[in-house]
Amino acid sequence: MTPFDTRGLKRRRFKDKIFTSIVWGLTFSCLLVVFIILFYIFKKGIGSINWALFTQGPKPVGELGGGISNAIVGSLMVVVVAALFAIPMGVSVGIYLADNRGKKWAERVAIAVDVLQGIPSIVIGIVIYIWIVKPVGSFSSLSGSVALAIMMLPPIIKNTEETLVLIPNTLKEASLGLGASYFKTTMKILLPTGIGGIFGGCIIGIARITGEVAPLLFTAFGNPAMVKSIFKPVDTVPKVIFAYASSPYDDWRRIAWGGSLILVVFIILLNAIIKLFERKWKVQF
Amino acid sequence: MKNRWRILENKIFVRWLSISAILTMVLLLMFFLTLLVSSWPAIKANGFSFLWSKNWDPVNSHFGMLPFLIGTLITSFLALLISAPFSIAAALFLGEFYPKGVIPNIFRNVIDLLAAIPSVVYGFWGLYTIAPLISHLQQKMHLQASGLGIFTASIVLSIMLIPYSVSLIRQVISMTPTPLKEAAYALGSTRREVITKVIIPSNISGISAGFLLSLGRALGETMAVTILIGNAPELPHSIFSPSYTMASVIANEFTEAVDEIHTGSLIEIGLLLFVVTTIINLIGRLIIKRAIA
Amino acid sequence: MEGAILRTENLKVSFGDNLVLKGINMEIAEKQVTAFMGPSGCGKTTILRAINRLHELTPEAKVEGKIFLHSENVYEMEAMTVRRRVGMVFQRPNPFPTMSIADNVISGFILNGIKLKGPEKLQIVEDALRKVALWDEVKDHLKKKGTSLSGGQQQRLCLARAVAMKPEVILLDEPTSALDPLSTAKIEDLLYELKGNYTLIIVTHNMQQAARISDKTAFFYLGELLEYDDTKKVFTNPKNEKTQNYITGRFG
Ligand SMILES: Nc1ncnc2c1ncn2[C@@H]1O[C@H](COP(=O)(O)OP(=O)(O)O)[C@@H](O)[C@H]1O
Ligand SMILES: [Mg+2]
Repeated sequence: MTPFDTRGLKRRRFKDKIFTSIVWGLTFSCLLVVFIILFYIFKKGIGSINWALFTQGPKPVGELGGGISNAIVGSLMVVVVAALFAIPMGVSVGIYLADNRGKKWAERVAIAVDVLQGIPSIVIGIVIYIWIVKPVGSFSSLSGSVALAIMMLPPIIKNTEETLVLIPNTLKEASLGLGASYFKTTMKILLPTGIGGIFGGCIIGIARITGEVAPLLFTAFGNPAMVKSIFKPVDTVPKVIFAYASSPYDDWRRIAWGGSLILVVFIILLNAIIKLFERKWKVQF
Repeated sequence: MKNRWRILENKIFVRWLSISAILTMVLLLMFFLTLLVSSWPAIKANGFSFLWSKNWDPVNSHFGMLPFLIGTLITSFLALLISAPFSIAAALFLGEFYPKGVIPNIFRNVIDLLAAIPSVVYGFWGLYTIAPLISHLQQKMHLQASGLGIFTASIVLSIMLIPYSVSLIRQVISMTPTPLKEAAYALGSTRREVITKVIIPSNISGISAGFLLSLGRALGETMAVTILIGNAPELPHSIFSPSYTMASVIANEFTEAVDEIHTGSLIEIGLLLFVVTTIINLIGRLIIKRAIA
Repeated sequence: MEGAILRTENLKVSFGDNLVLKGINMEIAEKQVTAFMGPSGCGKTTILRAINRLHELTPEAKVEGKIFLHSENVYEMEAMTVRRRVGMVFQRPNPFPTMSIADNVISGFILNGIKLKGPEKLQIVEDALRKVALWDEVKDHLKKKGTSLSGGQQQRLCLARAVAMKPEVILLDEPTSALDPLSTAKIEDLLYELKGNYTLIIVTHNMQQAARISDKTAFFYLGELLEYDDTKKVFTNPKNEKTQNYITGRFG
């Protein structure tokens, strides 16, 4: 089948058409799957969205109704505390990597970040259990936050690094040239200039952890009560979905669908914010 | 005075940056050591037969992880196999057919939405959509019909892998040097020929790395699989059999395990997952970096 | 030389194995404009960055020899202090993109943690912008981002930023090479105005520019200082053949 074989040309064109159709077809089935899943979650969940879902806690077995207010508060608490740990740490490592590109140690750290990103979340749960829950002797929202903070680090680090690397060196030199310290240059020039990308990384991190259950199974654990202390075990929305998903009670499953919808909508909104940020806060050089 | 403070502040900052970076590496090392130390009693008690013994019996304190190992491998590879044609097609679509423009951009964002759905929600969804379908199929084939098992888990897992593999493979494909493609087109090749004879062969290592990294992700995937695989600690007879994975057994038994060896054996499984995913990621990243550098 | 503000002693800079400045000895006169000329790659930028100690940002750069600011060795001072006393304007305008026009002018104060009171701040902003003849153009939108200005205006803003810190020396690295002829003319006029009050070192490829605004001209070739004299002498009666070729080639 040489390219110049004109007799084969028709056949080749035909094969090309088939190939193109297959690529189109498979790509469209991917898109279709997205819509099927989202539609299903929406259809199942929308009926359970009511005021009680947000304002009430779980009811005892057998009683109908109730909600997941405790889990919503729990999720927010666990995620916010995780972000408080992960953002300063992640941004610092990102700055380090951006400034030391090409150096031996920076390469090693970058590899460590990649590996960290690939660790199964359940393994992070085990380790934090051993580090915090076992010595303290109780599950806690705080230990869950630590586990999630570790999961958040890689996207924050990478986005910070990639954003800072794109900032022209001349800006840094201009600042240093005015006699500014490296610290002030970073805080007042580089970070504000790259804030869109860095913030984007933080939101990606939050989106990554908000739906996680595995690292929380042995850390934040679960708690049907409304909790306001980070030292107590706490329910989270994904944890409740897991607990209710295979339950025999229609009403629990109904609540789980409602929780799923809330979770998915929340994460999709976060994704939309990232896109918006990257466009709107893109600094012109 | 003021200057002194500025210099000190700067020094502390620079020092902190290095410390934070080193901490990231130390974190990883600590992970490994923690898992190793905590599972050591079990490693000693179980010996090497832990890997190939097929008997997981916490009551009699006998621990063999073969069922989980097999369950994990079959589920992951099957998921990878199912998702591969879709991932490659979508990656070609976005990386080669229509790399720029509004519509492909929308497509990409839509596919990325798959990554926005939490694992537990995938499991929940699969339980009420895929599992009944499979159960129906099993009835037709006169099999025991629970709908839960390797196949169900693999299908859902394959969907979860798509956004990840597509983005990796798309990056690799879109880095194909234009002159290379143009040379092939200039010889009168059709697009299919350019793709199958130039783009895919010249990127084969990068594409394999994309799948390898997806595999790493599949191995550790927990919640969806735990919901769908049937949680049966025995060797599967067919791809429809209920089974168990390494991550699932940890998720289900870790908080319930009371004796040291049981907990230790679960941590040992975690250690294994850690080591395997670390190696996979190291190799995968290395190849990908080389491919897109 | 009398009234020398800067003096280099056997200044050598290398990048890895590449020796770029091969031992420069020169003195820069105070309150004068000195032009650095020479073909691309001869080390003009390198010498400016050595004075301002910016090579410390490039790991493979190595600086040997001494540079004296008045009588102090720059390399024995705190880098931050040196840079505050020696201002720099870069080849491409680089205002800080997150800062307003006003904040860009006082960015040196902001970045050095010096708090300015309201009226004092306005005074500094106005003074600096007037010095660079930008005040009338921007006085009504000082809150706009510095990057919203045109290229020529941005470069004047960068000059204002340097001037506001009242540096003892201002280094200008081809400040007009990225600008259109009109903006170039404006900056040139400006430098002409500043002449006499400031010590300026300007790297330029433009003969007319050098001839018009500089008191002294230094001609570099392959990392060596070939000729250094009053601008008039260098242009009318260059001693070195290379200088002559360069000048006539460019003028021709
Ligand atoms: N960061 C750097 N790394 C390596 N070599 C450099 C670097 N900066 C400049 N050089 C080299 O130093 C020489 C002089 O450069 P430069 O001072 O910029 O010349 P110019 O006179 O055009 O301003 C050039 O040969 C250039 O390749
Ligand atoms: Mg230059």
